[in-house]
Amino acid sequence: MKIVIINYGAGNIQSIMFAIERLGFHAVLSNDPAEIKAADKVIFPGVGEASYAMNMLRKSGLDSLIPTLTQPVLGICLGMQLMCHHSEEGDTTGLGIFDVNVYKYTDKVKVPQMGWNTIYNLKSGLFKDIAENEYMYLVHSFYAPLCKETIATTNYEVEYSSALESDNFFGTQFHPEKSGDVGEKILKNFLEL
Amino acid sequence: MLTKRIIPCLDIKNGRTVKGVNFVDLRDAGDPVELAKIYSDEGADELVFLDISATEERRRTLFDLVRKVAATINIPFTVGGGISAVEDVEELLQNGADKVSINSSAVKNPQLINDLAQKFGSQCVVVAIDAKQIDGQWIVHLVGGKVPTELNLFDWAKEVEQRGAGEILFTSMNNDGTKSGFANEALAKLSSLVNIPIIASGGAGNVQHFVDTFVDGKADAALAASVFHFKEIEIKALKQELKNNNIEVRI
Repeated sequence: MKIVIINYGAGNIQSIMFAIERLGFHAVLSNDPAEIKAADKVIFPGVGEASYAMNMLRKSGLDSLIPTLTQPVLGICLGMQLMCHHSEEGDTTGLGIFDVNVYKYTDKVKVPQMGWNTIYNLKSGLFKDIAENEYMYLVHSFYAPLCKETIATTNYEVEYSSALESDNFFGTQFHPEKSGDVGEKILKNFLEL
Repeated sequence: MLTKRIIPCLDIKNGRTVKGVNFVDLRDAGDPVELAKIYSDEGADELVFLDISATEERRRTLFDLVRKVAATINIPFTVGGGISAVEDVEELLQNGADKVSINSSAVKNPQLINDLAQKFGSQCVVVAIDAKQIDGQWIVHLVGGKVPTELNLFDWAKEVEQRGAGEILFTSMNNDGTKSGFANEALAKLSSLVNIPIIASGGAGNVQHFVDTFVDGKADAALAASVFHFKEIEIKALKQELKNNNIEVRI
């Protein structure tokens, strides 16, 4: 199986590479459209600030490629947020894959949400054999509200989408590669879709 | 609900784990990668690696260690100690660290916080603050607590938040190494003044101290070293006891 991690200069990708290796697979980093298109599975990571990351995507032309992909694609953290319509972070227009906008938490809670929180109302093959209310590691200041594409819910200030699915596109707000053995199982489920 | 976090801290010198009592008198407590794996399996929520060696060649050793840790464990970890340049952070993150912690370099060059937050995001910038209460005033100290500054803990905490820190790791020098509990009054005040997570550090001696720092100190996470390294407190039992006290933890 060919697994490609989209490389557009966004943050820590080593952790996801290592997690995939622990699962017995191998991933390559690439920003080459032909290589990305030819992959069996595509992972779209993201750490950092939305408008900066979106600019990096536009510069490399990956912004127009990603929405046209037909194999399973998994956006993680900021990757998931960039797959939405719009983010309040830097007033950023996203890829529009998920039909939802991304908002900032208010100061009623500590921002960023940093740590382990539960995921529930799971509805996707991504969560095959995953129990309700398992803990996932999250670090984020912006969130996607619940919508028709929500496949996992988490509560922090509000109930929001901790995972989204639309056709072949998946997104997790949490970091499966940093969420212990259960997180690795979710990553494995994605690789085996 | 977001859980409270338990964070073992591994002090690293030349690739080995050490822990000082009041930051002096170091004792060897094992191989960092092995220890990291054990803590991860026992239910630690995160790990902190604090590099206290101070030569140039140790940088290479540290990067190698970070890589080995990232390859081995599947929970987040922070690396701190002697980080003063954007390039250091870049290399640490590229080797698999999730966050970096800066301390003295932030006091000497506060702009570093802005630069790191802008380039890598606030989520990976932890500002560590060592402070000592002197005549009722909490004064920020440098060099492992030896050198006092002009800075007041609470003013400095507000400043680092404004500059883009994603988290504050507050060590009370009065409590560190005493095993008499965390500085909960100062911690609670910090939590009310800033809106980013606070990690309590310094003073852990028994399970009740952790309960107290989450309830009275309003800490978001608690960090300790020797009580874990020398198995005075087992993480599993600690988390069970926290849960029995209605404190949300990941079990």
